[in-house]
Amino acid sequence: MELIFEKSRPGRRGVTLPAKDVPAACEVDGRYRRGRDAELPCVSEPGVVRHFTGLSKMNFGIDSHFYPLGSCTMKYNPKFTERIAGLEEFTSLHPLGPQLVRGAMLTQGALEVISNLGSVLCEITGMESFTTQPMAGAHGELTGVMLIAAYHRHKGNRKKYVLIPDSGHGTNPASAAIAGYKVRTIRSDTSGVMDLGEFKRSLDEDAAAVMLTCPNTLGVFNPHIKEIADLTHKAGALMYYDGANLNAILGKARPGDLGFDVVHLNLHKTFATPHGGGGPGAGPVGVKKDLIPFLPVPRVIRRTDGMFALDFEEPLSIGYISPFYGNFAVILKAYAYVLLLGRKGLIEVSESAVLNANYLKCRLRKYYDIPYDKDCLHEFVLSASRQSEKGVHATDIAKGLIDKGIHPPTVYFPLIVKEAMMIEPTETESKETLDRFVEVMIELAALAEKDPGVFKEFPRTTPVCRPDEVKAARDMDVCSLSG
Amino acid sequence: MNYIPHSEQDRQEMLKVIGIRSGNVDELFKGIPAELRALSFDLPSGKSEFEVERYLKSLAEKNATDLVTFVGGGFYDHYIPAAVDAVVSRSEFYTAYTPYQAEASQGTLQAIYEYQSCICRLTGMEVSNASLYDGGTALYEAAMMAIHITGRNKIIMDGGVNPIYRRMMYCYTTNLSIEFVETPVTHGQSDRNEIDKYLDDKTAAVILQNPNFFGAIDDHSDIAEKCHKLGALVIESVYPLSLGVLKTPQEMGADIATGEGQSLGIPLSFGGPYLGFMAARKEFIRRMPGRIVGATTDRAGRRSFILTLQTREQHIRREKATSNICSNEALCALRALVYMCLIGKEGIKEIAALCMNKAEYAKQKLEAIKGVEVKRSSPTFNEFIIKLPGDPNGLIGKLIEKGIAAGFPLGRYYEDMTDYMLIAVTEKRTRQEIAMFAEALEDALWS
Amino acid sequence: MVPQELKYTKEHEWVRIEGGEAVFGITDHAQSELGDVTFVEFPDTGSEIKQFGSLATVESVKAASDIYAPLSGRILKVNEALRDKPEIINQSPYEEGWICRISVADAMEERNLMDASAYETYLKESG
Repeated sequence: MELIFEKSRPGRRGVTLPAKDVPAACEVDGRYRRGRDAELPCVSEPGVVRHFTGLSKMNFGIDSHFYPLGSCTMKYNPKFTERIAGLEEFTSLHPLGPQLVRGAMLTQGALEVISNLGSVLCEITGMESFTTQPMAGAHGELTGVMLIAAYHRHKGNRKKYVLIPDSGHGTNPASAAIAGYKVRTIRSDTSGVMDLGEFKRSLDEDAAAVMLTCPNTLGVFNPHIKEIADLTHKAGALMYYDGANLNAILGKARPGDLGFDVVHLNLHKTFATPHGGGGPGAGPVGVKKDLIPFLPVPRVIRRTDGMFALDFEEPLSIGYISPFYGNFAVILKAYAYVLLLGRKGLIEVSESAVLNANYLKCRLRKYYDIPYDKDCLHEFVLSASRQSEKGVHATDIAKGLIDKGIHPPTVYFPLIVKEAMMIEPTETESKETLDRFVEVMIELAALAEKDPGVFKEFPRTTPVCRPDEVKAARDMDVCSLSG
Repeated sequence: MNYIPHSEQDRQEMLKVIGIRSGNVDELFKGIPAELRALSFDLPSGKSEFEVERYLKSLAEKNATDLVTFVGGGFYDHYIPAAVDAVVSRSEFYTAYTPYQAEASQGTLQAIYEYQSCICRLTGMEVSNASLYDGGTALYEAAMMAIHITGRNKIIMDGGVNPIYRRMMYCYTTNLSIEFVETPVTHGQSDRNEIDKYLDDKTAAVILQNPNFFGAIDDHSDIAEKCHKLGALVIESVYPLSLGVLKTPQEMGADIATGEGQSLGIPLSFGGPYLGFMAARKEFIRRMPGRIVGATTDRAGRRSFILTLQTREQHIRREKATSNICSNEALCALRALVYMCLIGKEGIKEIAALCMNKAEYAKQKLEAIKGVEVKRSSPTFNEFIIKLPGDPNGLIGKLIEKGIAAGFPLGRYYEDMTDYMLIAVTEKRTRQEIAMFAEALEDALWS
Repeated sequence: MVPQELKYTKEHEWVRIEGGEAVFGITDHAQSELGDVTFVEFPDTGSEIKQFGSLATVESVKAASDIYAPLSGRILKVNEALRDKPEIINQSPYEEGWICRISVADAMEERNLMDASAYETYLKESG
């Protein structure tokens, strides 16, 4: 499709501005003025709307396609929460409002939403206090590791390392490194969980924390988790819970009960807020009591008179993680979601998510290799190693799925599985959808035996087929300045 | 439950396939040892949409939104055209994930490429990424980028940089050995002498903001020239709408431009989600954080878009990545793109001029009030500071009762500015509202 | 295809020692594992390097691979041709696709490298 710049014609515009009702009193002095106009496109409103509607049709989304992208929890996003987040009494609120004198009185509803979501998340995770400031999962990780660093600094501990299993999300080591720690990577054992022996050997007084996803990216719940937590605490280190996979255990287990000291959650995963084609998300962080003094400011507190207010006066706080209180609209949607589902609904979420994953795994076991075939929870990892012997790789199967109207699983992750295809169906998919997925996967496995060469032509039904990644990286054409 | 489609029969059939004969779904959780089961899960029971809506509307009504606002501070009450909302409510956009599978995401990918292009056109820079969380984290990422590019660890930060961003910067870098120097603002603008005093061949970057937190505009070309002589980079944080008229970061010689994109069609929403943008010289592209979309061709030679230079990112480089960012603010970037397309080349000049003229009118109205002094030592964009006879907090409280959010008290962030207030005027404020504000302020001061 | 006259590291670099100087690059095995090379990040000429210390990066679309110095010394020259045409590494890893030329600080360090047959065995064992 043409770029919007190629549709631009001088003289067209899509917005009429309010009238100039004040005298034109000033001109920018030449030395402060830009030399050339910003070449934004000139397009009418219908032209803009048609362009973007056209682009939208080239996307797979949850409303249109099954999207079993592992570790991403692509569940249905309730329309109701979008409506709530669109209420003008929320969208038009200036974030500096509550920082004005008497301003908190003007934003009581919004502050209450933040406070209430924090309380609900505490109960869901077994933690004792939450900050809603982090604006995405990885941002939550960074916040969490910074809290851990502040805790150690306050205690006078000199710590150097964060321990992370090799199956962990790439954000884990990146977040630990950015917060100033070195990373020790721990191998997975033959059952797919962090190798206990290697963990014990790597854990010493230099360890600041252990960062774990539980269940991990293979969907496996670590049976040694309690022992790991005890050993970690004994070594003077803290336990960090990557909440990307919380959808597996709602109401069944809580990170706080398992011995974790810090957790981050991805509201855009477990709590059904839409992912927006890459964001915005929200990554609130919960902590146990010992870490509360270090949480970011401002904090939303409830005063003794029942009114909500902001608290900036926390001497041990790590400071400002976000300019304000986090991605408020996302927080609001997640809160509405919890209110709709309630206790029973949330438990059902995990039960159905786990049921769906196990069902798919059982039905696909004959056709694909499953390197760590343990009891899985909400997701599992297939390997296309059998197919790759015929020259059909995970990416080829992914492209075959696209032609059948199914968004592919996460491919080539986790790194510990060759030709990995990580499948997370989520709870919002029906048995018919799962059955169709199974049929398609079986069909593709058969095709890989019979006619492996044909995969290189997939996908055939999309606007483009296999864009040239090497050319993109070498040319680095990342913006259009013509037209 | 509305969102889980299974009937009891479906569930039993599926359990049978899995080999669970008891019919009890909980058996699927046997991998979690009994002693590790949740000790509590005490939440209210679920409710209907109608009931939840009634409750959340009751909370919404506790917020006052009928205020005429002159509060800015980097976050502005601009008008959002209806077509922006219409486009981003296409669920093909908002229910999609990060575009890892290019063939199933050409819509998102092309939109990001167009967004990157618009950011480059606006800032004059050569390359842009696909978005960061907000203006503050964008500035922090830019500082880290400069530290890695130069191999130096000293950062000079102008006092006119948004104080919220400066606090964020300190928070993020607590555990790293980075030397920060803050230089003051003198007569409204960056203090050249102070910057010169600290600028040396150990400096990684000088961080500037235009217009600065006090609304004053500047031309930082001379600072950039000195920085480059010493091998230091210049990071310029900008207010995107002001670039309809103001000198671009590129024209001033900046190496990295960042900013908060909220003014481009994104609602205030009590602090987020917003949009951090970042653009830079092309030579620095491999040090940029976050996703970048590139144009290429497919098998059949058709123009295609794809996530590129991913080896910079955490999912490949892990602890050696340029940043830990994964999810960004894609849907907000789409909002900004649609806004920029609607407003267009002429509109952005007009809106910038409109904001400036209205602010100028407000200055005139306010300085006519006895005891109010408008600071005119340097030109401003759509925001300016006034000096009052005393602490403005009481006045702000009084004006709120009259339905006016008068401005932001600078004493909150600047100890020596307790009598000052920061006032922002956007295209939404009418002549009448500005006059009403002046009248109310006069009343509050003198009657 | 492992040239007999070269020495090798466990990180799949090859090195050709020529008197007091040495030229090195990555092996055919390394380039094929990496795939199409899209970028090479060079060290500054004149900089000192330590044997087995990381000094450059070779990138493909799917990985970024650190390059380690086979010997200690000083960077004399880098292969400028790779800046525009990094794919030369794929086409000719042992000849045109060399990465750096260095002055050798300690000839004894050669003991820490593998000869062609040892490298071939190493490839078989680790493959």
